[in-house]
Amino acid sequence: MIIDALLLQAGYNAALVSLGAALLGAAAGAAGAFLTLRRRALMSDAMAHATLPGIGLAFLAMVALGGDGRFLPGLMLGAGLTAAAGLWAVQRLSRQLAEDAATGAVLASFYGAGIVILTLIQGLGVGRPAGLETVLLGSTAGMLRADALVIGFGGAAVVAALWALRRPLAMVAFDPIHARLMGINPRQMDALLMALVLAVVLVGLNVTGLILIVALLVTPAVTARLWATTVSGTAGLSAALGAACGYGGAAISAAVPDLPTGPVIVLLAAGAFALTLVIRGHADG
Amino acid sequence: MSQIPLDVRDLTLRYGDVLALDGATARFPKASMTAIVGPNGAGKSSFLKSVLGLEAASGEVRAFGGPVADAMARIAYVPQRAAVDWSFPVRVIDVVLMGCYRQTGLLGRIDRRFQAQAMACLARVGMQDFARRQIGALSGGQQQRVFLARALAQGAELYLLDEPFAGVDAATEAAIINVLKGLQAEGATVIAVHHDLSTVAGYFDRVLLLNRHTIAEGPVAEIFTRDALARAYGPSLMLAAE
Amino acid sequence: MDEFLILSLPPMVIASLAALACALPGNFLLLSRRAMLGDAMSHVVLPGIVVAFLLTGSGNGWVMGAGALCAAGLSALLIEFVTRRARMEPGAAMAVVFTAMFALGVVLLEMTGTSGIHLDVEHALYGNLETLIWLPGPPPELARLALIAAGLALALRMVWRPLVLATFDPVFAQTMGIPVAWLRAGLTAATALAAVAAFQAVGSILTISMLICPAAAARLLTTRLPVQVAVSLGFAVASAVLGYVLAGYAPLWLGLPYTVSASGMIATVSGLMLVGAALTASHRARARL
Repeated sequence: MIIDALLLQAGYNAALVSLGAALLGAAAGAAGAFLTLRRRALMSDAMAHATLPGIGLAFLAMVALGGDGRFLPGLMLGAGLTAAAGLWAVQRLSRQLAEDAATGAVLASFYGAGIVILTLIQGLGVGRPAGLETVLLGSTAGMLRADALVIGFGGAAVVAALWALRRPLAMVAFDPIHARLMGINPRQMDALLMALVLAVVLVGLNVTGLILIVALLVTPAVTARLWATTVSGTAGLSAALGAACGYGGAAISAAVPDLPTGPVIVLLAAGAFALTLVIRGHADG
Repeated sequence: MSQIPLDVRDLTLRYGDVLALDGATARFPKASMTAIVGPNGAGKSSFLKSVLGLEAASGEVRAFGGPVADAMARIAYVPQRAAVDWSFPVRVIDVVLMGCYRQTGLLGRIDRRFQAQAMACLARVGMQDFARRQIGALSGGQQQRVFLARALAQGAELYLLDEPFAGVDAATEAAIINVLKGLQAEGATVIAVHHDLSTVAGYFDRVLLLNRHTIAEGPVAEIFTRDALARAYGPSLMLAAE
Repeated sequence: MDEFLILSLPPMVIASLAALACALPGNFLLLSRRAMLGDAMSHVVLPGIVVAFLLTGSGNGWVMGAGALCAAGLSALLIEFVTRRARMEPGAAMAVVFTAMFALGVVLLEMTGTSGIHLDVEHALYGNLETLIWLPGPPPELARLALIAAGLALALRMVWRPLVLATFDPVFAQTMGIPVAWLRAGLTAATALAAVAAFQAVGSILTISMLICPAAAARLLTTRLPVQVAVSLGFAVASAVLGYVLAGYAPLWLGLPYTVSASGMIATVSGLMLVGAALTASHRARARL
């Protein structure tokens, strides 16, 4: 049925997907710039993987309440809750462990729990679970106007919030102690930044899936950083790159059959990064 | 004397089983310039950080007659070779503008007035020609001067500096001491952790001898004596100096 | 009893061996702050397997393993290269490299129509532990993993002393004439080997969790390295066995006529063990004060 819809409305749907992917890319690029400046790139990976149990649990909860379990805002609410729990777990474990170990442990454990819940859903045979796994790699084929609107408004809100907070965010990332002496609460700023990244992860699940969303956050940001000399410049360029990759990737995958959208977007971003590395990389090791 | 810039009583700080500060007490009068001197591990940096509330120390710290937290806008701090990521995408002028955050706030526009203020601070440390450079492209001494300029931009009345002369070139050292003496002349209070005993008398007018607790405190001429140094550092330093 | 020997024992032993093979290098990754290398490695295995299959057309485990190992080695070199050339934090470099390679793997899989027939992404992610049964003989994964786990243990035993020194204080080790760079590369290679071997049997999710969780849990409970390694191996086997049993039997106990993912359950159990270790450690720290 999805294929029918795509063939009947190829033009409209392709445009919708391209626009949605571009908006997502812009939001992810901007948020990712601040995330990598704060040296928390892989935190987004843990966050993305930690959405899986929430998606499963939300599906089960909605089925128990009599629905078919595919109500998107409900799934996103569940995903957001367990991702926040995963983030909290990373912070808690980081008190006793190196942050990268805490990140990896939370990533693997939450992801494992998510897969247990997905197999449980398959076994139960309730609701309409088919395609619930698309959150792993994303799927833009069935993107609706409502989905594109969610991505568009969500992305615009994230970009606006980042613009408002750019000064304190930059100060915390550059020198947290000085920021604190200037009356900024670094923990509060970190929490706000993580909330914005979480918002990007949630709206991005449908496009790139939870494994590759980290690329949308990190790759344009590190590329932009090799060109820009200011924080605003880095965030702006990163957002532009993200938007270009999102739009281009969606358009390419719409034109070529069998080409999945998320991975193509990621490969475009990686290509831009490789090119940048050749031009702007530091020659000395 | 009603509003003494900094009055510290019984400052005690413990890291696990290690006592970093053990009841350190000191008063810093207005428009004075004090060197905090003491052996390695005497808690000199911890003293500054505890005063600022960056470390959870016990004791009473009053700034300008009230709690430090209420006076943060009047205090500037220059950390020891700030442990920041030097490849960070900021230019020198952006770093100095961070010192204006209390005035510009979250959304305030950074207009000509702030730009001019930041440039004036840079000029004061002799770095005005480097405003558009990326912070990582400077030498260690130049970076230290930029961080001093950031503190100047705060327009504070009390300056706390952690080893401002550690590992900097002679030109930077001269520039920094000039700025500090100028601040003192304007009525600001300067407190700096200092490790070079030979320059204490030339640079500062007061000394706080610290070895986890206060050994002696007062004008350089009275306090900076062989006897007091021996009590702070132990007799070995004196033997080496003989 | 026979049913247990044929259906349950082989996967349980395979899961335990995979856990052991991963936990061994995991201890040293943790100490040298490279814990997330396992995350990167287990993702880049996919394009390696796909390319090996496309080039040779063979679904043989050894061929695919070699392809995966090449991909893992390439990604390690790329991460190192990117970290230096772009002067960025290793975490960001890893994220850039592994997502690019994983995306390449997915695109190749979809473009060549290989997906669904010989390989599929979801299988790669959560493994097919339950299908590794004794029929008609032992599954080939059993011997392969036993060999690799034993090889890793032997190698670790041989380089133990220099490796400990190089991990604790690389600069000092260098002055002692210890080839620090080679040991680092060796640890990367061991991680890749463990990740590839485990990946084929149990999927990437279990690989990441076994590279990090048992070592991290053991690290919290002891300050002595030999004890840490021993305890981590205990945790690895315990989570493999307990996770498999829970996945296979817990739903039955609840009256549900099916099983859930064993790999996922093992990862969950190892995470819970880490939580237990963290709580024990902070309780002990509080008791000391």
